[in-house]
Amino acid sequence: MRHNLRISALLVAMTVLASCSREDRILRQPPPSNDTVNTVQISGLNPGANLIPTPPSSNMYEESAYAVSEGQKLYEAYNCVGCHAHGGGGIGPPLMDRNWIYGSEPGNVFATIMQGRPNGMPSFRNRIPQYQAWEIAAYVRSMAGLLPKGVSPNRIDQMNIKPAESSTPEQVPTGITGVPEQPK
Amino acid sequence: MNVARNLASYLLAQAMPLDPGRHHMLQSAAPQADHIEWLYWVIFWMLFVVFVLMIAAFTGAGTKARVVASHPLPILEKDEEAEHRAGWGVGAALGITVITLFVILVLSVITGRRVEGLTSKNPVTIQITGHQWWWEITYPNSQADQTVTTANEIHVPVGTPVVVLTNSKDVIHSFWAPNITGKRDLLPGYSSAFWFEIERAGIYHGQCAEFCGLQHAHMGFSIIAESVHEFQAWQQQQLKTAAEPSTSEAIRGREVFLTHACLMCHTIRGTDAGSRVGPDLTHVASRNMIAAETLPNTAGALAGWVVDPQRIKPGTQMSPNPLAPDDLQAVVAYLQSLH
Repeated sequence: MRHNLRISALLVAMTVLASCSREDRILRQPPPSNDTVNTVQISGLNPGANLIPTPPSSNMYEESAYAVSEGQKLYEAYNCVGCHAHGGGGIGPPLMDRNWIYGSEPGNVFATIMQGRPNGMPSFRNRIPQYQAWEIAAYVRSMAGLLPKGVSPNRIDQMNIKPAESSTPEQVPTGITGVPEQPK
Repeated sequence: MNVARNLASYLLAQAMPLDPGRHHMLQSAAPQADHIEWLYWVIFWMLFVVFVLMIAAFTGAGTKARVVASHPLPILEKDEEAEHRAGWGVGAALGITVITLFVILVLSVITGRRVEGLTSKNPVTIQITGHQWWWEITYPNSQADQTVTTANEIHVPVGTPVVVLTNSKDVIHSFWAPNITGKRDLLPGYSSAFWFEIERAGIYHGQCAEFCGLQHAHMGFSIIAESVHEFQAWQQQQLKTAAEPSTSEAIRGREVFLTHACLMCHTIRGTDAGSRVGPDLTHVASRNMIAAETLPNTAGALAGWVVDPQRIKPGTQMSPNPLAPDDLQAVVAYLQSLH
Protein backbone atom coordinates (compact mmCIF):
# COMPACT_ATOMS: atom_id res chain seq x y z
CA MET A 1 0.00 0.00 0.00
CA ARG A 2 2.71 2.36 1.12
CA HIS A 3 4.81 1.27 -1.83
CA ASN A 4 1.97 2.04 -4.27
CA LEU A 5 1.50 5.48 -2.72
CA ARG A 6 5.16 6.27 -3.22
CA ILE A 7 5.07 5.14 -6.83
CA SER A 8 1.98 7.19 -7.59
CA ALA A 9 3.52 10.22 -5.86
CA LEU A 10 6.60 9.77 -8.01
CA LEU A 11 4.48 9.48 -11.16
CA VAL A 12 2.57 12.65 -10.26
CA ALA A 13 5.85 14.49 -9.62
CA MET A 14 7.26 13.34 -12.95
CA THR A 15 4.14 14.42 -14.82
CA VAL A 16 4.18 17.83 -13.15
CA LEU A 17 7.90 18.30 -13.87
CA ALA A 18 7.48 17.26 -17.49
CA SER A 19 4.89 19.98 -17.96
CA CYS A 20 7.42 22.65 -16.92
CA SER A 21 8.70 23.13 -20.45
CA ARG A 22 10.53 26.35 -21.09
CA GLU A 23 8.92 28.93 -23.33
CA ASP A 24 10.47 28.94 -26.79
CA ARG A 25 12.11 32.20 -27.75
CA ILE A 26 11.19 33.49 -31.18
CA LEU A 27 14.52 34.49 -32.67
CA ARG A 28 14.14 34.06 -36.41
CA GLN A 29 10.46 33.82 -37.16
CA PRO A 30 8.55 35.84 -39.73
CA PRO A 31 6.29 38.46 -38.13
CA PRO A 32 2.51 38.42 -38.44
CA SER A 33 0.83 39.48 -41.66
CA ASN A 34 2.15 42.59 -43.35
CA ASP A 35 -1.34 43.65 -44.40
CA THR A 36 -2.42 44.77 -40.95
CA VAL A 37 -1.63 48.41 -41.62
CA ASN A 38 -4.12 48.37 -44.48
CA THR A 39 -6.88 46.56 -42.62
CA VAL A 40 -6.93 48.27 -39.22
CA GLN A 41 -9.78 50.61 -38.58
CA ILE A 42 -9.02 53.97 -37.04
CA SER A 43 -12.59 55.13 -36.82
CA GLY A 44 -15.05 53.29 -34.62
CA LEU A 45 -17.91 54.38 -36.84
CA ASN A 46 -19.17 52.25 -39.69
CA PRO A 47 -21.83 53.34 -42.19
CA GLY A 48 -25.17 51.79 -41.31
CA ALA A 49 -25.54 49.92 -38.07
CA ASN A 50 -22.60 48.59 -36.11
CA LEU A 51 -24.12 45.14 -36.21
CA ILE A 52 -21.11 43.11 -37.22
CA PRO A 53 -18.10 44.12 -35.16
CA THR A 54 -14.71 44.21 -36.87
CA PRO A 55 -12.82 41.01 -36.02
CA PRO A 56 -10.07 41.82 -33.55
CA SER A 57 -6.52 41.63 -34.86
CA SER A 58 -4.06 39.37 -33.12
CA ASN A 59 -0.37 39.52 -32.36
CA MET A 60 1.48 36.27 -31.89
CA TYR A 61 4.15 38.04 -29.83
CA GLU A 62 1.59 38.65 -27.10
CA GLU A 63 1.86 34.96 -26.26
CA SER A 64 5.58 35.14 -25.57
CA ALA A 65 6.99 36.68 -22.40
CA TYR A 66 10.38 36.91 -24.14
CA ALA A 67 8.94 38.92 -27.04
CA VAL A 68 7.11 41.29 -24.66
CA SER A 69 10.30 41.89 -22.69
CA GLU A 70 12.15 42.50 -25.96
CA GLY A 71 9.43 45.05 -26.71
CA GLN A 72 10.13 46.65 -23.33
CA LYS A 73 13.83 46.90 -24.20
CA LEU A 74 13.06 48.41 -27.62
CA TYR A 75 10.61 50.87 -26.06
CA GLU A 76 13.63 52.30 -24.23
CA ALA A 77 16.11 51.88 -27.07
CA TYR A 78 13.99 53.70 -29.66
CA ASN A 79 13.22 56.50 -27.25
CA CYS A 80 9.46 55.95 -26.94
CA VAL A 81 10.22 56.97 -23.35
CA GLY A 82 11.13 60.43 -24.62
CA CYS A 83 7.47 61.33 -25.19
CA HIS A 84 5.34 58.65 -23.54
CA ALA A 85 7.57 58.24 -20.46
CA HIS A 86 7.23 54.86 -18.77
CA GLY A 87 3.55 54.82 -19.61
CA GLY A 88 2.55 58.03 -17.86
CA GLY A 89 2.91 60.25 -20.92
CA GLY A 90 4.32 63.74 -21.14
CA ILE A 91 4.84 65.20 -24.59
CA GLY A 92 2.87 62.24 -25.93
CA PRO A 93 -0.27 60.65 -24.47
CA PRO A 94 -0.02 58.20 -21.58
CA LEU A 95 -0.12 54.53 -22.49
CA MET A 96 -1.15 53.02 -19.18
CA ASP A 97 -4.65 54.47 -19.03
CA ARG A 98 -7.89 53.49 -20.74
CA ASN A 99 -7.98 56.18 -23.45
CA TRP A 100 -6.70 54.86 -26.77
CA ILE A 101 -7.02 57.65 -29.36
CA TYR A 102 -6.19 55.43 -32.32
CA GLY A 103 -7.50 52.12 -31.02
CA SER A 104 -6.31 49.51 -28.58
CA GLU A 105 -6.28 46.41 -30.79
CA PRO A 106 -2.79 44.98 -31.47
CA GLY A 107 -3.13 45.92 -35.14
CA ASN A 108 -4.05 49.50 -34.24
CA VAL A 109 -1.00 49.94 -32.02
CA PHE A 110 1.18 48.40 -34.73
CA ALA A 111 -0.29 50.74 -37.36
CA THR A 112 0.22 53.75 -35.09
CA ILE A 113 3.91 52.88 -34.71
CA MET A 114 4.43 52.20 -38.42
CA GLN A 115 2.38 55.06 -39.86
CA GLY A 116 2.91 57.71 -37.24
CA ARG A 117 0.08 59.94 -36.11
CA PRO A 118 -0.66 63.65 -36.44
CA ASN A 119 0.78 66.07 -33.91
CA GLY A 120 4.06 64.42 -33.16
CA MET A 121 4.07 60.64 -33.39
CA PRO A 122 6.82 59.76 -35.89
CA SER A 123 6.44 56.99 -38.44
CA PHE A 124 8.85 54.13 -37.89
CA ARG A 125 8.17 52.48 -41.26
CA ASN A 126 11.45 51.36 -42.89
CA ARG A 127 13.26 52.45 -39.75
CA ILE A 128 12.56 49.44 -37.58
CA PRO A 129 11.84 45.87 -38.69
CA GLN A 130 8.19 44.84 -38.56
CA TYR A 131 8.70 42.18 -35.94
CA GLN A 132 10.11 44.80 -33.58
CA ALA A 133 7.05 47.00 -34.11
CA TRP A 134 4.90 44.00 -33.17
CA GLU A 135 7.02 43.39 -30.07
CA ILE A 136 6.69 47.04 -29.05
CA ALA A 137 2.92 46.87 -29.72
CA ALA A 138 2.70 43.85 -27.42
CA TYR A 139 4.61 45.67 -24.69
CA VAL A 140 2.51 48.85 -25.07
CA ARG A 141 -0.65 46.84 -24.50
CA SER A 142 0.90 45.21 -21.46
CA MET A 143 1.36 48.67 -19.93
CA ALA A 144 -2.42 49.03 -19.74
CA GLY A 145 -2.80 45.54 -18.32
CA LEU A 146 -4.32 44.21 -21.53
CA LEU A 147 -2.01 41.19 -21.68
CA PRO A 148 -2.16 38.09 -19.50
CA LYS A 149 -0.11 38.48 -16.33
CA GLY A 150 2.01 35.49 -17.31
CA VAL A 151 3.61 37.27 -20.27
CA SER A 152 3.73 40.84 -18.93
CA PRO A 153 7.08 42.02 -17.56
CA ASN A 154 7.12 41.66 -13.78
CA ARG A 155 10.33 43.52 -13.10
CA ILE A 156 11.07 47.09 -14.03
CA ASP A 157 14.51 48.33 -14.91
CA GLN A 158 13.94 51.99 -14.07
CA MET A 159 13.41 53.72 -10.77
CA ASN A 160 10.35 52.43 -9.02
CA ILE A 161 7.87 54.91 -10.44
CA LYS A 162 4.97 52.59 -11.11
CA PRO A 163 4.06 48.97 -10.55
CA ALA A 164 5.41 46.46 -13.07
CA GLU A 165 3.23 45.68 -16.09
CA SER A 166 2.20 42.34 -14.66
CA SER A 167 0.69 44.13 -11.63
CA THR A 168 -1.15 46.80 -13.63
CA PRO A 169 -4.92 46.33 -13.38
CA GLU A 170 -6.61 45.96 -16.77
CA GLN A 171 -7.66 49.34 -18.16
CA VAL A 172 -10.83 48.68 -20.14
CA PRO A 173 -10.28 50.61 -23.38
CA THR A 174 -12.73 53.35 -24.27
CA GLY A 175 -12.22 52.51 -27.91
CA ILE A 176 -11.54 54.76 -30.83
CA THR A 177 -12.96 58.20 -31.54
CA GLY A 178 -15.22 58.14 -28.57
CA VAL A 179 -17.17 54.96 -29.29
CA PRO A 180 -16.91 52.82 -26.19
CA GLU A 181 -15.99 49.19 -26.67
CA GLN A 182 -17.75 46.51 -24.71
CA PRO A 183 -15.57 45.18 -21.93
CA LYS A 184 -14.40 41.69 -22.84
CA MET B 1 59.61 23.91 -12.60
CA ASN B 2 60.04 24.26 -16.37
CA VAL B 3 58.64 20.80 -17.07
CA ALA B 4 55.56 21.55 -14.99
CA ARG B 5 55.20 24.96 -16.61
CA ASN B 6 55.39 23.51 -20.11
CA LEU B 7 53.01 20.72 -19.22
CA ALA B 8 50.50 23.20 -17.75
CA SER B 9 50.86 25.43 -20.82
CA TYR B 10 50.29 22.45 -23.07
CA LEU B 11 47.19 21.30 -21.19
CA LEU B 12 45.71 24.79 -21.09
CA ALA B 13 46.40 25.22 -24.81
CA GLN B 14 44.60 21.95 -25.49
CA ALA B 15 41.60 23.11 -23.47
CA MET B 16 41.35 26.46 -25.26
CA PRO B 17 40.83 26.80 -28.99
CA LEU B 18 42.33 30.30 -28.96
CA ASP B 19 45.92 31.12 -29.68
CA PRO B 20 47.41 30.22 -26.26
CA GLY B 21 49.74 33.19 -26.30
CA ARG B 22 46.84 35.64 -26.59
CA HIS B 23 44.67 34.14 -23.89
CA HIS B 24 46.86 32.58 -21.27
CA MET B 25 47.17 32.96 -17.53
CA LEU B 26 50.79 31.73 -17.52
CA GLN B 27 52.10 34.08 -20.20
CA SER B 28 51.72 37.31 -18.36
CA ALA B 29 52.22 40.66 -20.05
CA ALA B 30 51.54 42.86 -17.02
CA PRO B 31 52.80 43.02 -13.40
CA GLN B 32 49.26 42.26 -12.23
CA ALA B 33 49.28 38.97 -14.12
CA ASP B 34 52.82 38.29 -12.77
CA HIS B 35 51.51 38.40 -9.19
CA ILE B 36 48.63 36.12 -10.08
CA GLU B 37 51.00 33.71 -11.82
CA TRP B 38 53.28 33.69 -8.76
CA LEU B 39 50.32 32.78 -6.55
CA TYR B 40 49.33 30.09 -9.04
CA TRP B 41 52.74 28.41 -8.83
CA VAL B 42 52.98 28.68 -5.03
CA ILE B 43 49.62 26.97 -4.66
CA PHE B 44 50.49 24.51 -7.41
CA TRP B 45 53.63 23.29 -5.61
CA MET B 46 51.97 23.24 -2.18
CA LEU B 47 49.18 21.11 -3.54
CA PHE B 48 51.68 18.98 -5.44
CA VAL B 49 53.40 18.11 -2.14
CA VAL B 50 49.99 17.38 -0.57
CA PHE B 51 49.16 15.18 -3.56
CA VAL B 52 52.40 13.20 -3.23
CA LEU B 53 51.88 12.74 0.53
CA MET B 54 48.30 11.62 -0.02
CA ILE B 55 49.30 9.07 -2.62
CA ALA B 56 52.06 7.81 -0.33
CA ALA B 57 49.61 7.46 2.56
CA PHE B 58 47.07 5.65 0.41
CA THR B 59 49.73 3.29 -0.91
CA GLY B 60 50.90 2.59 2.64
CA ALA B 61 47.34 1.95 3.82
CA GLY B 62 46.71 -0.30 0.83
CA THR B 63 49.75 -2.47 1.53
CA LYS B 64 48.79 -2.76 5.20
CA ALA B 65 45.22 -3.72 4.32
CA ARG B 66 46.47 -6.54 2.10
CA VAL B 67 48.43 -8.01 5.00
CA VAL B 68 45.34 -7.95 7.21
CA ALA B 69 43.19 -9.45 4.44
CA SER B 70 45.60 -12.35 3.98
CA HIS B 71 45.22 -13.19 7.70
CA PRO B 72 42.75 -16.05 8.16
CA LEU B 73 40.89 -14.43 11.03
CA PRO B 74 40.67 -10.70 11.75
CA ILE B 75 42.11 -9.67 15.07
CA LEU B 76 39.41 -7.97 17.10
CA GLU B 77 41.41 -7.09 20.20
CA LYS B 78 41.33 -3.47 21.14
CA ASP B 79 44.78 -1.91 20.74
CA GLU B 80 44.70 1.16 23.00
CA GLU B 81 48.12 2.34 22.00
CA ALA B 82 47.48 2.11 18.24
CA GLU B 83 44.23 4.03 18.60
CA HIS B 84 45.99 6.68 20.59
CA ARG B 85 48.60 7.02 17.85
CA ALA B 86 45.94 7.13 15.15
CA GLY B 87 44.18 9.91 17.06
CA TRP B 88 47.35 11.96 17.12
CA GLY B 89 47.92 11.25 13.44
CA VAL B 90 44.46 12.50 12.46
CA GLY B 91 44.87 15.55 14.69
CA ALA B 92 48.23 16.38 13.14
CA ALA B 93 46.88 15.94 9.59
CA LEU B 94 43.94 18.20 10.43
CA GLY B 95 46.28 20.81 11.89
CA ILE B 96 48.55 20.72 8.83
CA THR B 97 45.53 21.06 6.54
CA VAL B 98 44.22 24.07 8.44
CA ILE B 99 47.67 25.69 8.46
CA THR B 100 48.09 25.04 4.71
CA LEU B 101 44.71 26.56 3.92
CA PHE B 102 45.49 29.52 6.16
CA VAL B 103 48.82 30.07 4.39
CA ILE B 104 47.01 29.98 1.02
CA LEU B 105 44.46 32.46 2.35
CA VAL B 106 47.19 34.85 3.52
CA LEU B 107 49.07 34.54 0.21
CA SER B 108 45.84 35.22 -1.71
CA VAL B 109 45.19 38.35 0.32
CA ILE B 110 48.80 39.48 -0.22
CA THR B 111 48.48 38.89 -3.99
CA GLY B 112 45.16 40.73 -4.06
CA ARG B 113 46.78 43.71 -2.35
CA ARG B 114 49.73 43.63 -4.74
CA VAL B 115 47.40 43.57 -7.77
CA GLU B 116 45.37 46.45 -6.39
CA GLY B 117 47.95 48.43 -4.53
CA LEU B 118 50.31 49.77 -7.18
CA THR B 119 50.57 53.48 -7.69
CA SER B 120 49.69 55.03 -11.01
CA LYS B 121 51.03 58.22 -12.54
CA ASN B 122 49.52 59.97 -15.58
CA PRO B 123 47.27 57.07 -16.39
CA VAL B 124 45.17 56.55 -19.51
CA THR B 125 41.55 56.27 -18.40
CA ILE B 126 39.18 53.91 -20.16
CA GLN B 127 35.49 53.45 -19.46
CA ILE B 128 34.32 49.92 -20.27
CA THR B 129 30.58 49.29 -20.34
CA GLY B 130 29.24 45.77 -20.76
CA HIS B 131 26.28 45.21 -23.05
CA GLN B 132 24.55 42.04 -24.15
CA TRP B 133 26.80 41.00 -25.99
CA TRP B 134 29.57 43.46 -26.74
CA TRP B 135 31.89 45.91 -24.95
CA GLU B 136 31.53 49.65 -25.24
CA ILE B 137 34.93 51.31 -24.88
CA THR B 138 35.22 55.04 -24.18
CA TYR B 139 38.30 57.16 -23.53
CA PRO B 140 36.69 59.93 -21.51
CA ASN B 141 37.94 63.47 -21.72
CA SER B 142 36.76 66.65 -20.06
CA GLN B 143 36.17 68.00 -23.57
CA ALA B 144 33.35 66.13 -25.26
CA ASP B 145 34.90 66.33 -28.72
CA GLN B 146 38.10 64.75 -27.40
CA THR B 147 36.29 61.63 -26.22
CA VAL B 148 36.97 58.48 -28.22
CA THR B 149 34.23 55.86 -28.42
CA THR B 150 34.81 52.44 -29.89
CA ALA B 151 33.81 48.85 -29.29
CA ASN B 152 35.41 45.51 -28.42
CA GLU B 153 38.99 46.55 -29.22
CA ILE B 154 40.90 48.31 -26.48
CA HIS B 155 44.01 50.15 -27.60
CA VAL B 156 46.47 50.89 -24.79
CA PRO B 157 49.99 52.31 -24.74
CA VAL B 158 52.75 50.00 -23.46
CA GLY B 159 54.39 50.94 -20.17
CA THR B 160 51.66 53.38 -19.19
CA PRO B 161 49.23 52.77 -16.34
CA VAL B 162 45.68 52.20 -17.57
CA VAL B 163 42.79 52.95 -15.22
CA VAL B 164 39.64 51.09 -16.20
CA LEU B 165 36.25 52.35 -15.04
CA THR B 166 33.58 49.70 -15.30
CA ASN B 167 29.82 49.65 -15.61
CA SER B 168 27.13 47.60 -17.31
CA LYS B 169 24.01 48.52 -19.23
CA ASP B 170 21.98 45.37 -18.58
CA VAL B 171 23.23 42.37 -16.61
CA ILE B 172 26.44 41.42 -14.81
CA HIS B 173 29.38 40.84 -17.17
CA SER B 174 32.97 40.09 -16.28
CA PHE B 175 36.10 41.50 -17.90
CA TRP B 176 38.74 38.81 -18.18
CA ALA B 177 42.02 39.12 -20.05
CA PRO B 178 44.21 36.47 -18.38
CA ASN B 179 47.50 37.79 -19.81
CA ILE B 180 46.85 41.14 -18.16
CA THR B 181 45.08 40.77 -14.83
CA GLY B 182 42.36 38.90 -12.95
CA LYS B 183 38.63 38.93 -13.62
CA ARG B 184 36.60 42.05 -12.92
CA ASP B 185 32.83 42.04 -12.75
CA LEU B 186 30.92 44.82 -14.51
CA LEU B 187 27.82 45.49 -12.44
CA PRO B 188 24.80 47.33 -13.83
CA GLY B 189 24.37 50.74 -12.23
CA TYR B 190 27.54 50.42 -10.16
CA SER B 191 30.79 52.06 -11.20
CA SER B 192 34.05 50.55 -10.08
CA ALA B 193 37.65 50.87 -11.15
CA PHE B 194 40.81 48.83 -11.48
CA TRP B 195 44.07 49.33 -13.27
CA PHE B 196 46.82 47.52 -15.11
CA GLU B 197 49.97 48.28 -17.01
CA ILE B 198 51.11 46.24 -19.99
CA GLU B 199 54.85 45.62 -20.41
CA ARG B 200 54.94 43.77 -23.73
CA ALA B 201 53.37 45.04 -26.96
CA GLY B 202 50.95 42.62 -28.58
CA ILE B 203 47.33 41.69 -29.05
CA TYR B 204 45.76 39.95 -26.06
CA HIS B 205 42.39 38.28 -26.06
CA GLY B 206 39.75 38.70 -23.42
CA GLN B 207 36.39 37.16 -22.78
CA CYS B 208 33.28 37.78 -20.71
CA ALA B 209 33.66 35.50 -17.70
CA GLU B 210 30.25 35.86 -16.06
CA PHE B 211 27.34 34.07 -17.73
CA CYS B 212 25.26 36.87 -19.21
CA GLY B 213 22.72 35.24 -21.51
CA LEU B 214 22.42 33.40 -24.80
CA GLN B 215 25.54 34.80 -26.46
CA HIS B 216 27.85 34.92 -23.45
CA ALA B 217 30.34 32.72 -25.32
CA HIS B 218 30.45 35.22 -28.20
CA MET B 219 31.38 38.20 -26.06
CA GLY B 220 35.09 38.56 -26.60
CA PHE B 221 37.34 41.57 -26.81
CA SER B 222 40.96 42.26 -27.56
CA ILE B 223 43.54 44.47 -25.94
CA ILE B 224 45.96 45.95 -28.45
CA ALA B 225 49.07 47.10 -26.62
CA GLU B 226 51.21 49.36 -28.79
CA SER B 227 53.88 52.01 -28.39
CA VAL B 228 52.85 55.40 -27.02
CA HIS B 229 53.43 56.90 -30.46
CA GLU B 230 51.21 54.37 -32.24
CA PHE B 231 48.56 54.76 -29.55
CA GLN B 232 48.46 58.53 -29.97
CA ALA B 233 48.22 58.19 -33.75
CA TRP B 234 45.33 55.75 -33.30
CA GLN B 235 43.62 58.11 -30.86
CA GLN B 236 43.95 61.07 -33.25
CA GLN B 237 42.44 58.99 -36.06
CA GLN B 238 39.53 57.86 -33.82
CA LEU B 239 38.78 61.46 -32.85
CA LYS B 240 38.00 62.39 -36.45
CA THR B 241 34.44 62.30 -37.71
CA ALA B 242 33.60 59.61 -40.24
CA ALA B 243 35.39 59.68 -43.58
CA GLU B 244 33.30 61.07 -46.44
CA PRO B 245 32.50 58.23 -48.84
CA SER B 246 34.45 58.64 -52.07
CA THR B 247 32.98 56.03 -54.43
CA SER B 248 29.42 56.22 -55.75
CA GLU B 249 28.71 52.83 -54.19
CA ALA B 250 29.80 54.03 -50.76
CA ILE B 251 27.74 57.21 -51.13
CA ARG B 252 24.73 55.04 -51.91
CA GLY B 253 25.67 52.88 -48.91
CA ARG B 254 25.53 55.87 -46.60
CA GLU B 255 22.07 56.70 -47.95
CA VAL B 256 20.93 53.12 -47.29
CA PHE B 257 22.43 53.27 -43.79
CA LEU B 258 20.58 56.48 -42.99
CA THR B 259 17.20 55.34 -44.36
CA HIS B 260 17.04 51.85 -42.84
CA ALA B 261 17.10 50.32 -39.41
CA CYS B 262 20.88 50.85 -39.02
CA LEU B 263 20.56 54.42 -37.78
CA MET B 264 18.09 53.42 -35.05
CA CYS B 265 20.92 51.85 -33.03
CA HIS B 266 24.32 52.92 -34.37
CA THR B 267 26.31 56.13 -34.34
CA ILE B 268 28.42 57.32 -37.24
CA ARG B 269 29.81 60.66 -36.13
CA GLY B 270 29.51 63.24 -38.89
CA THR B 271 26.18 61.84 -40.12
CA ASP B 272 22.64 61.92 -38.77
CA ALA B 273 23.07 58.48 -37.19
CA GLY B 274 23.55 59.14 -33.49
CA SER B 275 21.90 56.39 -31.48
CA ARG B 276 23.82 54.85 -28.60
CA VAL B 277 22.09 51.46 -28.47
CA GLY B 278 24.64 49.52 -30.52
CA PRO B 279 28.39 49.92 -31.14
CA ASP B 280 29.74 53.19 -32.56
CA LEU B 281 30.61 52.55 -36.22
CA THR B 282 32.43 55.80 -37.00
CA HIS B 283 35.70 53.93 -37.54
CA VAL B 284 34.43 50.38 -37.86
CA ALA B 285 36.83 49.56 -40.70
CA SER B 286 39.78 50.17 -38.36
CA ARG B 287 38.82 47.16 -36.23
CA ASN B 288 40.09 43.62 -36.82
CA MET B 289 36.94 41.80 -35.79
CA ILE B 290 33.19 42.46 -35.70
CA ALA B 291 30.36 41.29 -33.45
CA ALA B 292 32.53 41.13 -30.30
CA GLU B 293 35.36 39.04 -31.75
CA THR B 294 32.94 36.68 -33.47
CA LEU B 295 33.76 37.34 -37.13
CA PRO B 296 36.73 38.79 -39.01
CA ASN B 297 36.10 42.27 -40.37
CA THR B 298 35.75 41.29 -44.04
CA ALA B 299 33.18 42.22 -46.68
CA GLY B 300 31.62 38.75 -46.57
CA ALA B 301 31.37 38.63 -42.79
CA LEU B 302 29.95 42.17 -42.65
CA ALA B 303 27.31 41.33 -45.25
CA GLY B 304 26.36 38.13 -43.46
CA TRP B 305 26.17 39.94 -40.15
CA VAL B 306 24.02 42.79 -41.54
CA VAL B 307 21.56 40.46 -43.26
CA ASP B 308 21.07 37.80 -40.62
CA PRO B 309 22.84 38.36 -37.31
CA GLN B 310 20.31 36.09 -35.61
CA ARG B 311 21.82 33.18 -37.51
CA ILE B 312 25.34 34.01 -36.31
CA LYS B 313 24.52 35.06 -32.74
CA PRO B 314 20.95 33.91 -31.99
CA GLY B 315 19.34 36.32 -29.55
CA THR B 316 21.62 39.26 -30.31
CA GLN B 317 20.03 42.70 -30.09
CA MET B 318 20.78 43.38 -33.76
CA SER B 319 17.79 42.69 -35.99
CA PRO B 320 17.90 40.89 -39.34
CA ASN B 321 17.98 43.35 -42.25
CA PRO B 322 16.51 41.89 -45.42
CA LEU B 323 18.15 44.45 -47.74
CA ALA B 324 18.07 44.22 -51.52
CA PRO B 325 21.40 42.83 -52.86
CA ASP B 326 22.47 46.19 -54.32
CA ASP B 327 21.69 48.00 -51.09
CA LEU B 328 23.58 45.39 -49.09
CA GLN B 329 26.69 45.68 -51.29
CA ALA B 330 26.52 49.44 -50.97
CA VAL B 331 26.20 49.40 -47.16
CA VAL B 332 29.13 47.00 -46.86
CA ALA B 333 31.21 49.19 -49.18
CA TYR B 334 30.34 52.21 -47.02
CA LEU B 335 31.20 50.42 -43.77
CA GLN B 336 34.52 49.30 -45.22
CA SER B 337 35.34 52.89 -46.12
CA LEU B 338 35.04 54.01 -42.47
CA HIS B 339 38.71 53.84 -41.53
